[in-house]
Amino acid sequence: MTDEMDMEEGGVIKKFMFVNRKAPYGTIYALEGLEVVLISAAFEQDVSMAFIDDGVYELAKGQDTKAIGQKNFSPTYRALEGYDIEKLYVDQKSLDERGLTEADLLVDVQVMDSAELAAMMAEQDVLISF
Amino acid sequence: MKIGVLVSEGPYTHQASDSAYNFVKAALEKGHEIYRVFFYHDGVNNATRFTEPPRDDRNIVNRWSELGKQYNLDMVVCIAAAQRRGIMDENEAKRQGKSGDNIAEGFRISGLGQLVEAGIQCDRLVTFGD
Amino acid sequence: MLHIVNKSPFERNTLESCLRLATKGSAVLLTEDAVYAATTGSAAEGKIKAAMADLKIYALSPDLQARGMAGRVMDGVNLVDYGGFVDLVTEHSNCQSWL
Repeated sequence: MTDEMDMEEGGVIKKFMFVNRKAPYGTIYALEGLEVVLISAAFEQDVSMAFIDDGVYELAKGQDTKAIGQKNFSPTYRALEGYDIEKLYVDQKSLDERGLTEADLLVDVQVMDSAELAAMMAEQDVLISF
Repeated sequence: MKIGVLVSEGPYTHQASDSAYNFVKAALEKGHEIYRVFFYHDGVNNATRFTEPPRDDRNIVNRWSELGKQYNLDMVVCIAAAQRRGIMDENEAKRQGKSGDNIAEGFRISGLGQLVEAGIQCDRLVTFGD
Repeated sequence: MLHIVNKSPFERNTLESCLRLATKGSAVLLTEDAVYAATTGSAAEGKIKAAMADLKIYALSPDLQARGMAGRVMDGVNLVDYGGFVDLVTEHSNCQSWL
């Protein structure tokens, strides 16, 4: 493991994109996905998150989980900035299909059309999807 | 080429673990290096040695253990996901005051950083899930 | 780029999202339940045919065989085994699994 760490210190910076396509609470993917994103901050990589399809629901304002007995992890998205994770890309079409706009989201994002998002995905080194 | 693999689903319910196994085996047979197989989400359930499928079915856990042994694979189970789902090695069981451990041969429990690190070190990272 | 899809087009919108967000010249590999999208006469056939103009479409043979669909593959879909799957991964600079 030591030589691997040396390489990392040597400054290998890759473009990581975490692709979120699942709604929160119904399954654990959004929550455990967020845990990976937070850990990735420690590795000083070029990290972004894409929210596509039901993944956009992860960012909906007004989540209140008291009555279902799960932890509301939505405030964590607002904390990402503190981890220097500021590239949050949201798929315009997925918002439109769900009757949502940027104003319905709990954090500042960059809304992208299909062509922009497709180009952004294509230039990544590592894509991890949840 | 150096390839990393992420397995996000447990055995039997989804095909993900079977597909990942067949992919890893084919890659090894072609002479590629499998840098790490990382088990996350319900994928950690691939690492319980308490699995006992019917005799005419494949034993997914043993199959991973055997492949791991044959090729000296680094098969890592995410600790946070494992704790949630009751997958423990001897140390962890002791630490948590549990009466026994259940991790299968060839798997080791470690942090999520191992997934990010695999993304950094590998030429490719391939995800198998649902 | 290689896109990997493993969901039936009749169960989820995964294939649709993948085809919308795959750039020209990318490859799409259909595995597991997504291989049903590669069969003739299905409602997904048109989508795959249209996608072939810009994308290279592959399907995993072992998954087609397992599902009794090996004889129903539409023209223009390239068949690969697990070794071919590995080659697709190494030949493309990155890959995304549309889970």
